[in-house]
Parts: sequence; C-alpha cells; structure tokens
Amino acid sequence: MAAIELRNIVKVFSDKRRGRDLLTLDNIDLDIEANDFVCLLGPSGCGKSTLLNIIAGFEQATSGRTLVDGKQVERPGSDRGVVFQQPTLMPWLTAIDNIAFHLKLKGVGKAERYDRAMEFIDLVGLRGFEHHHPSELSGGMNQRVGIARALLMNPSVILMDEPFAALDAQTKLEMQEELVAIWQKRRCTIVFVTHSVDEALVLGNKIVVMTKRPGRIREAVNFGMPRPRDITSPEFNDAKRRILSLIREESTRLAQAS
Amino acid sequence: MTSVIDAAPARRAFRLTRLFQGLERVVVPGLLIAGWEAFARSGVLPPALLPAPSAVLHALGDWVFGFDETTQTYSGHWLRDAMASALRVFGGFALASLLGILAGVAIGWSRLFEKTLEPTLQMLRPIPPVSWIPLAIIWFGIADKPAIFLVFLGAFFPVLMNAIHGVKTVDHNLVRAGAMMGANQRQMLTDIVLPAALPSIFAGLRIAVGSAWMLTVTAEMVAVKSGLGYVLWDSYYFLRYDIVLAAMISIGLLGYLSDFGLKAVMARTLRWQQTTTVQGRAG
Ligand SMILES: Nc1ncnc2c1ncn2[C@@H]1O[C@H](COP(=O)(O)OP(=O)(O)O)[C@@H](O)[C@H]1O
Ligand SMILES: [Mg+2]
Repeated sequence: MAAIELRNIVKVFSDKRRGRDLLTLDNIDLDIEANDFVCLLGPSGCGKSTLLNIIAGFEQATSGRTLVDGKQVERPGSDRGVVFQQPTLMPWLTAIDNIAFHLKLKGVGKAERYDRAMEFIDLVGLRGFEHHHPSELSGGMNQRVGIARALLMNPSVILMDEPFAALDAQTKLEMQEELVAIWQKRRCTIVFVTHSVDEALVLGNKIVVMTKRPGRIREAVNFGMPRPRDITSPEFNDAKRRILSLIREESTRLAQAS
Repeated sequence: MTSVIDAAPARRAFRLTRLFQGLERVVVPGLLIAGWEAFARSGVLPPALLPAPSAVLHALGDWVFGFDETTQTYSGHWLRDAMASALRVFGGFALASLLGILAGVAIGWSRLFEKTLEPTLQMLRPIPPVSWIPLAIIWFGIADKPAIFLVFLGAFFPVLMNAIHGVKTVDHNLVRAGAMMGANQRQMLTDIVLPAALPSIFAGLRIAVGSAWMLTVTAEMVAVKSGLGYVLWDSYYFLRYDIVLAAMISIGLLGYLSDFGLKAVMARTLRWQQTTTVQGRAG
C-alpha cells in the first residue's frame, strides 16, 4: 500500500464573479510510496497548491479519492505536516513555542514540550535562537522553524508548498541541502511542490511533471541520481534535458491546439 | 582607559543636548500659560470669569489638600471625588471590555452569531450614548448605576467593533496551520484567533477608555451627585470658574493616566509585535 493514493482527483472551482466553472485539476491519479521524496513540478497556476491542499485536507476534491496510509482524508490533521510557502508561524510565540505548539495542543507539560522541541531546534540548526520571536528571525530561519514544527509531529507525510521560493539564492541552496540531509536521516515521505526544474532535480527521487491548466500529470519520472548531486554534472544535465523536453512538448502541443 | 577619559565630555555634551530637547517641549505650553496669567491679571475680564492659572492651581491645591478652604465644601475632598469618577469608569469599562470581547469574538468567528446578534447591535450603535440618559435615570434612578450604564454604552461599541475586525482579519493560513497541528474548535479560538486578534482588541480598548471618561463626566453632570463631573457642573452654578478649570484639569490628567496604564499593559502583552532584527540586537 502506498503512503498516499490519489484516485481520479478532479477539482472544479466555481468562479462566481464570471459565472463559470474553472477546471483546475483534471483526473489526477498518483501513488506516492513511503519514504519517497516526490517533487510536483509545474508552471504557476497549474493546480499544484490545490492538489497539496487536497492532500492536507484544507480543500475538498470535487470528485475522486484521497487516501493517506489507507485512510480517506476528510480534514486537516497532524498525520500530515504542512510547510507553507510563507512560514505562517504564530507571531506571538517564540521559535521553540511554535515548534512545540502541537504538543501544547495535546496538553503536554512545558518541560517535556521544550525537551522534545530542542531536538528539532538542533536538527534545523537554530540553537541559540529558540527564544526569538518570528519578527526577530530572518525568512530562512522562520522557514526552518516551519520545517521543525512539521517534523516534530512525526507525521506520515510532509507536504511542502514552494517553501524556499521567497528565499535568496544562497539561502535556498543551503536549505535544499539541509532538507535532503534531514530526509536521509529521518526517512520520511515528502511531497514537495515547486515550479523550478533545478529544485525538483536537486531534491526529488521522483519528479511528477504537471501540465498547464487544467492540471494533469504529464509524466512521473524516477530520478535515482546519487547524492550529493552535482548540478553541473552530465548526469544532472541529461535529466534536466529530459524534463525540459517534456515541458516543451507540452507547450508546443498547446500552441498547436490554439 | 583612554576610551573612558574620552567618553566623559562627550557624555556631558549628550546630557546637555537631552536637556535642550526636554526644554523644546515645554516652550509652547510655558508661553501659553504665562500669556494667560498676564491677560487674566490685566483686568480686561473680571477674575471670576477668567481665573488666572495661579488661581486655578490654588483651587486645585485646596481641593486636593484642603489648606485654606477656598474651594469651600470641596476643600480636601479631591480624592473622594476622583475615586467616585474612577470607579464608575472602571466599572463600566470592565463590563464593556468583557462583553465587547466576548460578543466581538463570537460574531467575528461564527456565522450564526453574526446573523443573529450583529444586526441588532449595529442598529443600537448609532444611538449616541448620552441620548440614553432619560431612560437610564428612570430605570436606575440617580446614583452610580445610570453612570455605569452610560459608560458601558460608550465603551462597549469600540471594543466590539475592533474585536470583530480583529477576528475577521486573522490570517487564514494561521487557522490552517492550527488545524494542521490538530487544534480543536475551542483551541482554535483561545490559542490562535484570540491572540492574533489582540492588537486590534487593544486598539478598541484604548478608544473605549477615552469614551468611558467622557461619559462618566457627562453622567455626573446630570444623573449623579458626586464625582469630578458633578463638582464641575456644581461649581459652574456658583460661578466658580477656578474650580471648573481645576476639575477639567483633573479629568484630563486621570484620562491620560488611564490610557498610559492601558498602553503599558498593551506593550507588555504585545511585546512580540515589536520588531527587532537579529542585527539590530547585536548592534
Ligand atoms: N479558492 C479558489 N477559488 C477559485 N479559484 C482558485 C482558488 N484557488 C485556486 N484557484 C485557481 O486554480 C488554479 C490553480 O491554482 P494553484 O493551485 O494555486 O496553482 P499553483 O500552486 O500551481 O500555482 C489557478 O488558476 C487559480 O486561479
Ligand atoms: Mg502555489
């Protein structure tokens, strides 16, 4: 049994102002195995966030079934950790309180909360900043808090929606490396949304290429290049060429159709 | 060592600059008061109609400390009068804050409360609180209760409106993050929505405390026989403008102090809002 099973997911948004319906996801069918690092790759507006929100339980599919660990997704829950595009931390809580928020909701005492959160503070390299508020931390540091917060819940899957898109190039590279290291160390299932071919190839061992509106799966490509991945190596470039040609075919097809 | 020696004159110069900056602020009020004093003493107007600042200060001093009974029956009774007003402000304000926050959060959060409660409250809101005075007097008589009722009316709506606004504008993604971490409905309110709405709620409380003083004084002029507003109105009947002005000063001062206290509580509670960058701290 796959960790995540998407069966014929269709999502239609009704555009009330223009009085018509917008087909956003068209018959998405996908299996994601446990411990996979899957990158959902597609242009802006193709429905990547919508698909992730459906798995997270924030939105309901118009039709189709979403199963996580064999259970139907009905609402958000701590079995699916979400890392948002913006860090989305509670601004009134310090880093450690944000990370341990899930434990607080469960009624765990403060000493144990802090004890368990410190492990994740260390994991994402924020020791010394645990008592800072989000307004006192940089964008990259806040995103680390967001990742630690998701990891602490020990979820069966982690869903990430372009979490590094707002970071500068250098911080982005660092964070990508660290995320891979965390994934190798903790062996978790990650679904990572991105519109960058490079990012998808640096991170994923399976790359799901999506088409432009309406979102469909163009192809799911397995990519087993050993890590750390050298982004200037011929192997990396070959893979990149393959992905880009998939995307280009798609554009040409669209151009001809119109 | 050298740095210590070098720093001393610089520090002295700094202190002098600070002193001048302090003086800048008092130039305009100082000139105004001096001009007023000179004009009052020139005899253009009878002193009863425009008492000099010194006379006002004299009246205020006697009202507070009771040294020569120039304020007659009020002499030495300032604390009693101020307390009477302050208690009404506090009573009405506390009640308004509690109910305003409760109702505001309920309306902002739940469609049901919004549909059932909000239209009624929005219809009551434009009625000026002072226009309730006749009803307040026949319902509650001449005492503390009508005053507290009026203060409540004046303070309730600013708290309510700001609480509704605060809850409605909570970042949608924070609510999602809460749901993702397993918050139930009650936790969503107490641990996410309420703290997120606090800055807005505090803004409402600060407007409310101003209205509270305004309405206490109004109520005391017509519906109560004690407090600073009563002294003010009573002195007007006896043409004691020095006491009228002393009462105005007292009200202004207490209003300012209440806001100052509230601001201090707010600064403590919303410490997380004060943005200091990591670099800013180190430097
Ligand atoms: N709540 C919504 N209501 C209406 N349309 C929406 C809503 N959310 C997304 N859409 C539309 O669905 C499409 C896909 O959006 P999204 O999933 O955010 O794309 P992506 O994350 O790939 O950039 C867009 O055209 C967007 O306008
Ligand atoms: Mg998106």
